[in-house]
Amino acid sequence: MTDSTTMVSWGSWALAALVKIGVVLAVLMTVVGNIVLVERKVAGWIQDRVGPNRAGPWGLLQPLADGIKFIFKESITPERAYRPLYLIAPALSLTTALTTFAVIPFADRFVVLGAEVAPLIADLDVGLLWIFAVASLGVYGVVLAGWASSNKYSVLGGLRSSAQMISYELAMSLSVVGVIMAAGSLRLADIVGAQSATVWNVVSQPIGFLVFLTSAFAETNRLPFDLPEAEPELVAGYHTEYSGMRFLMFYMAEYANVVLSSSLMVLLFFGGWHLPFIEGMLPSAPPGVAGLAQLGIFSLKLSFFLFLFIWVRWTLPRFRYDQLMNLGWKVMLPLALANAAWTAAIILWGWI
Amino acid sequence: MSAREMLFYADAIVAVMTAAMVILHRNPVVCALSLVLHLCSMAVFFLLLDASFLFAVQIILYAGAIMVLFLFVVMLLDPGGEGVAGRIGKVQLGATLAAAVLLLAGVARLLPGLAGAGAPEGAVLPPGFGQAGDLGRELFTDYLLPFEIASILLLVAMIGALYMGRKETS
Repeated sequence: MTDSTTMVSWGSWALAALVKIGVVLAVLMTVVGNIVLVERKVAGWIQDRVGPNRAGPWGLLQPLADGIKFIFKESITPERAYRPLYLIAPALSLTTALTTFAVIPFADRFVVLGAEVAPLIADLDVGLLWIFAVASLGVYGVVLAGWASSNKYSVLGGLRSSAQMISYELAMSLSVVGVIMAAGSLRLADIVGAQSATVWNVVSQPIGFLVFLTSAFAETNRLPFDLPEAEPELVAGYHTEYSGMRFLMFYMAEYANVVLSSSLMVLLFFGGWHLPFIEGMLPSAPPGVAGLAQLGIFSLKLSFFLFLFIWVRWTLPRFRYDQLMNLGWKVMLPLALANAAWTAAIILWGWI
Repeated sequence: MSAREMLFYADAIVAVMTAAMVILHRNPVVCALSLVLHLCSMAVFFLLLDASFLFAVQIILYAGAIMVLFLFVVMLLDPGGEGVAGRIGKVQLGATLAAAVLLLAGVARLLPGLAGAGAPEGAVLPPGFGQAGDLGRELFTDYLLPFEIASILLLVAMIGALYMGRKETS
């Protein structure tokens, strides 16, 4: 295991880790809470109406109102549900969705007040694989929720959703192979560094980016791939029988996954915290300022991708399930393999 | 006792308990899930041995993909809540005896060599040990033939599955 424990004592390492975890969790929960409002507002604007505007100026207190509502709602448990798994499933979904953020870097390492600060919780050498590992464990939350609800619609929704997720996981992992080849490392900070040195991966591997984008929509069960949650077909799919706080956990897990996929797109394909013209100015700036500037750039790019997720959801119609699986296996997978071959070619030719 | 040792013993307890639950629990879905937990504890063992790539890949492939498909089968076929725990027949006794004999033989074989085996705590590993780069290099140079044979094996299995699952067109 590579970490910085050899450099600092156990106590301060643990304290730093706890502080970072607290900050990331706080920011993430705030973003997830507010993205619900953003989604409803943007949905309203796309549909030529104003979104929620009652709960405060511009509807800004709507997430608070929603949170309070969810806390007070009764959590009904179906009589024939298998209770241990029924209760674990939303916790599993939310835990895996949040744990993936442990390896996301928000800026480059910088030195402030004589101590080196790494703006990420765990600088794993296999950072990208950690995300895929934890995300693949997240499938269990869905499939268990479907099965443990003891409801035909839920079982169908859970099975459909997990089949969709594992199919697109494959295409996603293969589309990232090109990125790993270009960077020569699995560490996310190294991948961003490699993009700073050459070109953003979206420029050198556009097909890889498109495959990743599509797979991210499928992984997070967002439209146009949200058949597992489609109301006309399956009531509410795998989370039909969940109400109150348990449903809130699934809801938050879904949006946390959206934020995660957007962060990954920014880091892997759009250069993370790097802007071409800013790089020259940063070494001369005071150390904290450079870190903050990179954090700001990352946040701006992240916001664009979050908006993209919402925009696509309210624009495109839903895929039919067989079209969805066709797309995943017969189109995305070959394209991802072709992208890997293309990336190998351009590395050999010396273009990147 | 160092942190690594404590983590090892904690992980060993989890591994043994989940393995026992796989065979002893009534509900087949819970059995499959304890197998998932067991595979995750195996992955932690890999991590304790500094094989971080294997740790991640074990979870991605084994616990995250293969076991999901196991779970599909268990859930779709719905064998019901009746397990084999509680029925101690001749087959169960014979299998337990054979497993105990094998375990004792293995321990007896390994135990003399264990004293002082393994790298001492704090041994310096070469940089990049257990990473994807090292593994990839070995797979494509020294172990190329087994790698290719394993790929062909997977291809044969896939073709077989496709053939068995085809629609009959009469």
